[in-house]
Amino acid sequence: MSLFKTFDIAASGVGAQSLRLNTTASNLANAESAAEPGGQAYRARQVVFQSAPLDARDRASAGVKVKSVIEDTAAPRRVHDPKHPLADETGYVTLPNVNVAEEMVNMLSASRSYQSNLEVMNTAKSLMLKTLTLGN
Amino acid sequence: MPMTDKIDQALGTQSAALAMRVKRQQLIASNIANADTPGYKAVDIDFRRALKSAVDNAQQPSTAAGAAAPKSAYAGISTQFRIPPQAAADGNTVDMDVERARFAENSVRYEAALKFLNGQIKTLLSAIQG
Repeated sequence: MSLFKTFDIAASGVGAQSLRLNTTASNLANAESAAEPGGQAYRARQVVFQSAPLDARDRASAGVKVKSVIEDTAAPRRVHDPKHPLADETGYVTLPNVNVAEEMVNMLSASRSYQSNLEVMNTAKSLMLKTLTLGN
Repeated sequence: MPMTDKIDQALGTQSAALAMRVKRQQLIASNIANADTPGYKAVDIDFRRALKSAVDNAQQPSTAAGAAAPKSAYAGISTQFRIPPQAAADGNTVDMDVERARFAENSVRYEAALKFLNGQIKTLLSAIQG
């Protein structure tokens, strides 16, 4: 029964959004991870979504997949804090280029989209169960 | 005309409607899944036209028995892109509120089609069993 396809589509959405939530979590967790002097600071990671048709003949019903996870190329934050153990000889600490406000927005958006996809699944499930009782 | 043809005829429209509702549910689920995909264009079907073409396809008399495979219920459904009220910067045209409203509407109409179909089956059953 092709109602199962709706499940596949919503499941791909749930999977992609949870990956996005994962990257947001790791960005937020590492927002203050200072780098060793001369070393590389953590770079914010972002997922890139791409629509993924379920089969080649029917391109209109498409799930979603994570095409790639890219690293933000923006310059790391440099904060003047001579007392910090990881400060370099000029007294600057290198911090990740994570934008906390942006990540919070990302988190909310991902969680809302996740919920919407779950709701789609729930509705599809209840419709399927009702279809099974057809003729009773 | 064989008996099964008559039963097909009695149930034809509603079962085509049900199939079309499933198809539309898939499309709207795709829109919701791709709400954050850059460049994704939201799609939908013109239900009235799609159902009409499906019913017309089903009612076409077969030329020679078993010669031509029956057309799929989905043949001739053309999807259309939604016109977004407001353009997004990344080219995505999914409006989550619209899609969720349409999804709910489609689900209710699916259940309605299911109810009608159930009623027709009951009618046929009582005609058969007396």
